[in-house]
Amino acid sequence: MTSINQLFGSDLKVVNIGLSAFKQALDDAHAISVQVDWKPSMEVDPQLANRVKMFRPAIEKANAEVVKIILSGMPHLIGLERAIDVIPGIKSDMLLHAGPPITWDRMCGPMRGAMIGALLYERKAETFEEAERLAASGAITFSPCHEHASVGPMAGIISPSMPVFVLKNEAHGNFAYCTLNEGLGKVLRYGAYGETVIEKLRWMEGTLYPVLKKAVAKLGKIDLKNIIAQALHMGDEVHNRNRAATSIFYRTIAPAIVTTCDDPTVAAEVLEFINHNDHFFLNLSMPASKVTLDAARGVRNSSVLVVMARNGTDFGIQLSGTGDEWFTGPADVPDALFFPGYTRADANPDIGDSAITETNGLGGFAIAAAPAIVQFVGGSSDDAIRYTQQMYEITAGENNIYQIPYLNFRGTPTGIDAIKVVEKNILPFIDTGVAHKEPGVGQIGAGVLSAPAEPFQKAFAGLARRLTKK
Amino acid sequence: MIVAGQIRKGAYFDSVTLMRVGKEITALPGVIDAAVVMGTKSNKAILNSSGLLSARLDNASDTDLLVAVKGETETATQSALAAVDGLLKKMVNTTTKGSESRPTSLAGALNIIPDANLALISIAGRYAGDEAMRALENGLHVMLFSDNVSLEKEIALKKFAQKRGLLVMGPDCGTAIINGVPLAFANVVNRGNIGIVAAAGTGLQEVSCIISNAGAGISQAIGTGGRDVKQEVGGIMFLEGLKALAKHEPTRVILLVSKPPHKDVLRRIEKLAKTIRKPIVTSFVGASTHEDCPSTLEEAALIAVALSQGQPRDEVSTRLVARDKEILRIAKREAGKRKKNQKYVRGLFSGGTFCAEAQVLFKSLLTGVFSNAPVGNTKQLRDSLVSQKHSVIDLGEDEFTVGRPHPMIDYSLRNRRILVEADDPETAVILLDVVLGYGSHPDPAAELSSVVRQASRKVSVICSITGTNQDPQNRSRVEAALRRAGAIVMPSNAAACKLAAQIIQCLGRK
Repeated sequence: MTSINQLFGSDLKVVNIGLSAFKQALDDAHAISVQVDWKPSMEVDPQLANRVKMFRPAIEKANAEVVKIILSGMPHLIGLERAIDVIPGIKSDMLLHAGPPITWDRMCGPMRGAMIGALLYERKAETFEEAERLAASGAITFSPCHEHASVGPMAGIISPSMPVFVLKNEAHGNFAYCTLNEGLGKVLRYGAYGETVIEKLRWMEGTLYPVLKKAVAKLGKIDLKNIIAQALHMGDEVHNRNRAATSIFYRTIAPAIVTTCDDPTVAAEVLEFINHNDHFFLNLSMPASKVTLDAARGVRNSSVLVVMARNGTDFGIQLSGTGDEWFTGPADVPDALFFPGYTRADANPDIGDSAITETNGLGGFAIAAAPAIVQFVGGSSDDAIRYTQQMYEITAGENNIYQIPYLNFRGTPTGIDAIKVVEKNILPFIDTGVAHKEPGVGQIGAGVLSAPAEPFQKAFAGLARRLTKK
Repeated sequence: MIVAGQIRKGAYFDSVTLMRVGKEITALPGVIDAAVVMGTKSNKAILNSSGLLSARLDNASDTDLLVAVKGETETATQSALAAVDGLLKKMVNTTTKGSESRPTSLAGALNIIPDANLALISIAGRYAGDEAMRALENGLHVMLFSDNVSLEKEIALKKFAQKRGLLVMGPDCGTAIINGVPLAFANVVNRGNIGIVAAAGTGLQEVSCIISNAGAGISQAIGTGGRDVKQEVGGIMFLEGLKALAKHEPTRVILLVSKPPHKDVLRRIEKLAKTIRKPIVTSFVGASTHEDCPSTLEEAALIAVALSQGQPRDEVSTRLVARDKEILRIAKREAGKRKKNQKYVRGLFSGGTFCAEAQVLFKSLLTGVFSNAPVGNTKQLRDSLVSQKHSVIDLGEDEFTVGRPHPMIDYSLRNRRILVEADDPETAVILLDVVLGYGSHPDPAAELSSVVRQASRKVSVICSITGTNQDPQNRSRVEAALRRAGAIVMPSNAAACKLAAQIIQCLGRK
């Protein structure tokens, strides 16, 4: 039991919520105080807000459980396989894509381009026109990667013949899958479908895949959590910067490639390919996040996100406590630095499953660990630090392994809580690549954006309706 | 000698952190040697040469965290192992350069100051109540500066706080001083042994400044918000504040300031006051007070000062009687400057309590007093923008403040009105309050000088200043500037009002 007289007997320590002028008086009087940059919460149905309030202890408990699962995740790369052989639910006439479900008529340019490229690659069509007709005909099923334990960067296309990394969450036994990163330039994931794109995909299938498969088999498994943790100490946030993680991966895999590949020229070719692609590890940091978060699905009453993904048209999220339901809203165009010759007018709205890294406490949430890319967030490392700091406000926990050196190795903000997002009106911060809105052009910049509010308001309501006592 | 080791699968820390943890573990009592390292080959070799490596640790992989302790006893070894987790957590959590990121919520703020004990809330009223409740739920006392918090919410907050021994100052509490720290619109006053509970914000500022300027000081000044003493709220926090001051050892004299409380609340206050052994001075502005009750905020403040210094209270009335003679002298002089048809006083107040006090003082001295916020016998103005006869206007009323800052911050509205009143040939006196302190305009003299100069050519301009020389604006500097502009500066609102009324009376006798 506190008392007013206890207050009189202590040093005054003030939380100033509102007018910052009052903070000045407190500073002048040498009182300890902190200023709160307060914002009203997002608009939600007050009845549902009350319901959430009523259930808060149950929600907190569920979220603690989810955070525990996320923090205990042990993502390992255990092998490489062809998509059709391992990805659950994939069919020969199915193409997987990034983000929430979408139909052909609503697909953005880069995703359409990537679909056409994938059909050419799968030899289901000979020409662009034929592929486009086929895609629009309804004969091909489009399905979100996320509904098949998979993730894909940008357009995120996974077609049946593509080789994929196979990841296992050693702590919880679940698996996740992701294609191999093609590098920069004209690539399928940005909607390019020209001959060189298809040729590279075939090289990846015919050369890269078997070489890596043998090398990984020799190593048995590779602990990706450990690599990511180290990379954060080396300036990566493993979404927009993967240089350190790729380097560590290279050091890990190189001896195994050299010893398992019969042809030294081919081994060199593969090693060069990895070496020249700073984002090679992105296609491992993403499924590492996916396999970690998938284990945390289905915890009743939990408001923690297990998916945050975009298809270039819609931005969608899924909560642990709301089953397979997607909550979506229109995707925004990122604030970006553009490559010479391009402007915001050329940019496609936000696209890709790569926001799974943010969902897992990485990417934009760990931007303070990546001073080398602060140009994307306003130019100063203070900006980056502020972004990360702010994300602690909307997460249910802090990471036990992924840390920010500059913040005295504080764990990254982990486990986005949709209720906190709505109540505090702070949106998750994502740093990301930007695709040209026309298919086939490729990446035109990189930048940052906040997730749109609408999916979170819908998810808040969706969870509120679903809350149950037992 | 006991050697024990642990393996933590997949726990990754940088080597510097681990070395520091290792050093701290080694320093624990009964520990001979210790190491906390990642399970790399070279680290295992180091452990081996220190006799810390067991077969189990030797089988660990690169990505495992190894903890090895060599202790004098089993207990020392085990307790050192048990300390590792806490130390790792501490290393990781000794964040953060506080100023770098501003939290956006109470919860975020509490991460930075976990033992915060007061929330000062000034966000829009429709959100402020919920935020205040959140603060109370977290065990913080609350000062709720915001207005437009519903009565139901206020009652709920105060009942909740009362049960938990917490203070809720407000809603609509403009000022308080807790432990010497000025909160919101507060003045920089001496610390001392006079404790105040006030349900009137500018009233609290006035008495605390008068006390400080008279050489005494404030122990605590608790604001409650004006509605606290209404029947519905029942004086919950007024009474709790009074109880707390009664128990507060450094408080020797208690001063209660309010507009007239509801009679039920007044009864409760009186009943509680009877149980308190410290002297209590009350100033319920406009209440039909007992004989020995001070009639003005100033008198109440000065009585509190006298009592706090062991002087008799009669001494104060002797002094004020003497000053009334001086006021009469100035009044005669000013009346001599006025023309025949100048006969009315126009009070333009930024502080609501001052407007009320003016009406109370005018009651026995003037007839035909109008106000937009009438108390007692005062009549309601037909139009708040147009003065009738003697008019006293509270410019802090909602009708003037919707969509614009409070008149203590934004002088433009009152400055225009000053010129309008000065142009009225029937105006003899313009009466102004000037409130200093945190939150108020940083340079009121600069705002007022030009209009005062113009007005004082035609009418008597009387100002009272609420503030101290320690205030950011500096009372003496403001006073000198206003005098230079032609104003008569009085030490209190009560003195200013008396002078205004005396001038009118002198004019009536002319």
